[in-house]
Amino acid sequence: MVDIKDYGDYKTAWCPGCGNFPLLKAVKQALVKRGLEPHQVLFIAGIGQAAKTPHYLKANLFNGLHGRCLPVATGAKLANPGLVVIAESGDGCMYSEGGNHFLAAIRRNIDITVLVHNNQIYGLTKGQARPTSDEGFTTKAQPEGVALAPFNPLAVAIALHAGFVGRGYVGLEDDLVQLLVQAINHRGFSLVDILQPCVSFNRVNTYQWYKERCKPLPSSYDPTDWEAAIRLSQQWGDEIPLGVIYRNNRPPFEDHLPTLKKGPLVTQTVDRARLAKVMETYG
Amino acid sequence: MKRKLSVTPKGRRGAAPRAAGIFKNVLIGGEAGQGLQTVGHLLAKSLVRSGYSIHATQTYESRVRGGHNTFSIRVGPEKVLAEQEAIDILIALNEETIDLHQKELTKTGLIIGDGEWQRKEKNWIGLPLKEFGEKTYWNTACMGVAAGLIGLDEQVVAKAIEDAFGEKGSKENWKVLEASYHWLKKQSLDWEKLPDIPRPAKRLVINAHEAVALGAISAGVKFCAFYPMSPSTSIAQALIDWAKEMDLVIEQAEDEIAAINMAIGASFAGAPSMVPTSGGGFALMVEAVSLAAITETPVVIVIGQRSGPATGLATRTEQSDLGFVLHAGHGEFPRAVFAPGTLEECFNLTRKAFELAEKYQGPMFVLTDHSFADSYRDMEPMDVSKLSFVRPQGDPSSVKTPYLRYRITRKGISPRLLPGLSKHLVVADSHEHTEDGHLTENLSLRPKMVDKRLRKGDGIRSEVIAPDFQGDRKSEVLLISWGSTKGAAEEAAVQWRSRKRRVATLHFSQVWPMVPDQFVKVLEQSKQVICVESNATGQLAQLIRKETGFVIKKRISRYDGLPITPQYILRHL
Repeated sequence: MVDIKDYGDYKTAWCPGCGNFPLLKAVKQALVKRGLEPHQVLFIAGIGQAAKTPHYLKANLFNGLHGRCLPVATGAKLANPGLVVIAESGDGCMYSEGGNHFLAAIRRNIDITVLVHNNQIYGLTKGQARPTSDEGFTTKAQPEGVALAPFNPLAVAIALHAGFVGRGYVGLEDDLVQLLVQAINHRGFSLVDILQPCVSFNRVNTYQWYKERCKPLPSSYDPTDWEAAIRLSQQWGDEIPLGVIYRNNRPPFEDHLPTLKKGPLVTQTVDRARLAKVMETYG
Repeated sequence: MKRKLSVTPKGRRGAAPRAAGIFKNVLIGGEAGQGLQTVGHLLAKSLVRSGYSIHATQTYESRVRGGHNTFSIRVGPEKVLAEQEAIDILIALNEETIDLHQKELTKTGLIIGDGEWQRKEKNWIGLPLKEFGEKTYWNTACMGVAAGLIGLDEQVVAKAIEDAFGEKGSKENWKVLEASYHWLKKQSLDWEKLPDIPRPAKRLVINAHEAVALGAISAGVKFCAFYPMSPSTSIAQALIDWAKEMDLVIEQAEDEIAAINMAIGASFAGAPSMVPTSGGGFALMVEAVSLAAITETPVVIVIGQRSGPATGLATRTEQSDLGFVLHAGHGEFPRAVFAPGTLEECFNLTRKAFELAEKYQGPMFVLTDHSFADSYRDMEPMDVSKLSFVRPQGDPSSVKTPYLRYRITRKGISPRLLPGLSKHLVVADSHEHTEDGHLTENLSLRPKMVDKRLRKGDGIRSEVIAPDFQGDRKSEVLLISWGSTKGAAEEAAVQWRSRKRRVATLHFSQVWPMVPDQFVKVLEQSKQVICVESNATGQLAQLIRKETGFVIKKRISRYDGLPITPQYILRHL
């Protein structure tokens, strides 16, 4: 039986009170709940304080470039579909620098779980606005306030018929763990946008601010209703819905590849006799 | 009617003497959409199946219909090293082709085209195309007449058509082919065919990028990601064509950044991976080259060079990305850069790139270029029955515990295990990292990690393929080539030697690392050293100077988008 201790306990580079702490704990709990051992899991991280999270637990890890964890995760999953692949990074990494990959990964519906730490600010680079910052939000870099409309990751993902779209909040730990378990279980692309405060740079979206607004969805809500999900994705402000916003049963990308039906690429070899035949066709 | 035609001209306007042996140069010209590539390929295949050697080159504009495109085939009973500018048989699929290429015809060069044009050129062969069949098949008719003139058996051409279109799809083409052969016989033209070759050996007709793809498959490639870009889409396409048979996964990525990151991810998880691209696409990949280097992840990058900067001439050739590829990627790390000049080198050096990528755990490069990519040639089938292929999985039971992905070793090579295949955890990081792969700001460890990675460069250097030297050591002229200019340089040397000149050639099929001891002596022993390159600034010449101190004073450069030909070299000597 796997235990939370198997996932280790590390010193971090985070500010005291950072939303990353409860998030890291929730991720470990979800993996344990799911019965996964560290060597069965591969984390793919981007760059930023959020992307450091997988360094603070025991598992396989590829920590790549800013914005590029989704293509790395895609390649790794295709090479070995037996791995549980989890891409983890901040919202700037996933939605801004990696925006094109975000759209493509959803369309591809590759079976990976994407965890996005969303604190609505760039922490590591000391407080610039990020794609999810609200309009009018002022920072040192945007002294007149953000003029860009905020990026709505859930609406975009649902519009593209992503396999699984959820929103969690680090202050509601049990709900978050449940959500993560469901996301990992989902066969296909699953997005979990995780709200968290940045105690150092975001004076607006604080623990108190979230506490007043975050509301888990009622059990009567049907996440397979696409139109209802689209409407729900627009809800932000006084009440912020949490939980599985949308899901469907699109077959994952890997299922379309005949080569993978013969087993993972990592175990396949070169059939030289067949190659000789291939070569003959050029004669 | 009996006309005297010679397809083997004895002399021609301003042309240099040719190499020993009989060669004919057939040029098919027309607009995009007229099927000149299709008939060009059929003719090439028929020629090789009849026992001849070929060297085919294509030029085309960046458009789907219209414009002016060419497919030219130099053919002969002996090995053809390079293309030829002078045309012996001009197949004009539109009238413009005659006006554009007339000046390249040899004195006795033939022009084949639509009889209705009623051209007045001597050696004009106007075909009654309407009698042969529908307009769609006129290209086959013109090709058929050329094939007959060269002396090809009609059955060989008919078989090539069948192999391309299937029996059902061949019927109309066969009719037209038969009509064209029949017509040609009736003309009782007096021409000189190529000598007949009894019992021709089985040879392949492939282009450089197909040879790269086959080399990659034989080396064990399992994953390829790409974003379409001329001329390198053809590598991905060749892999896609064989994906089912050879158990490959090929993915068209959303952009080149994704392509190389996918390849790195797949490679990290155990699938030998490659990315084919061109200069512009590679520019987008550069950050990830650095990523492959610091995470020590094998990846093979093939760059089909074309005219730059930026979009440049999208469908024309150039060798102007050598400097770029040598320096691409921030930070310091080792790499190898191959520049094949023949089909065999395309196959073997792509294999070598995979072997090095796996052994030294990092990015390795193969450089081709646009004209080479599209160049069909004949090649002996490779015996693949005993070829080795890369297998990434090290033995998890043999590693020391705790397992350290970046264990510092004497040769710099650390034990590479794959995630998920054992209890050992594999941690790779784009930050500077500790031996166990976690990010660190330990500044006394940093130089040790840099040195460890650079030590792999010593190993790569110890395996460098020496440049290929041919000719007299004390030559009057030494022609240096790299990549695709090999054939043109060697053919120019053959032709110059026939004028009793002492000419040698030095071909770099691996351009990095450079090991001066392998070649500096021959540079010093030559009276004159000339570097032949398809770029304006002499990038190989600069590299040689930087690495050896030897200054190459004369360069033959071409950067108008067309490939360097033997005639081009001879004109500029």
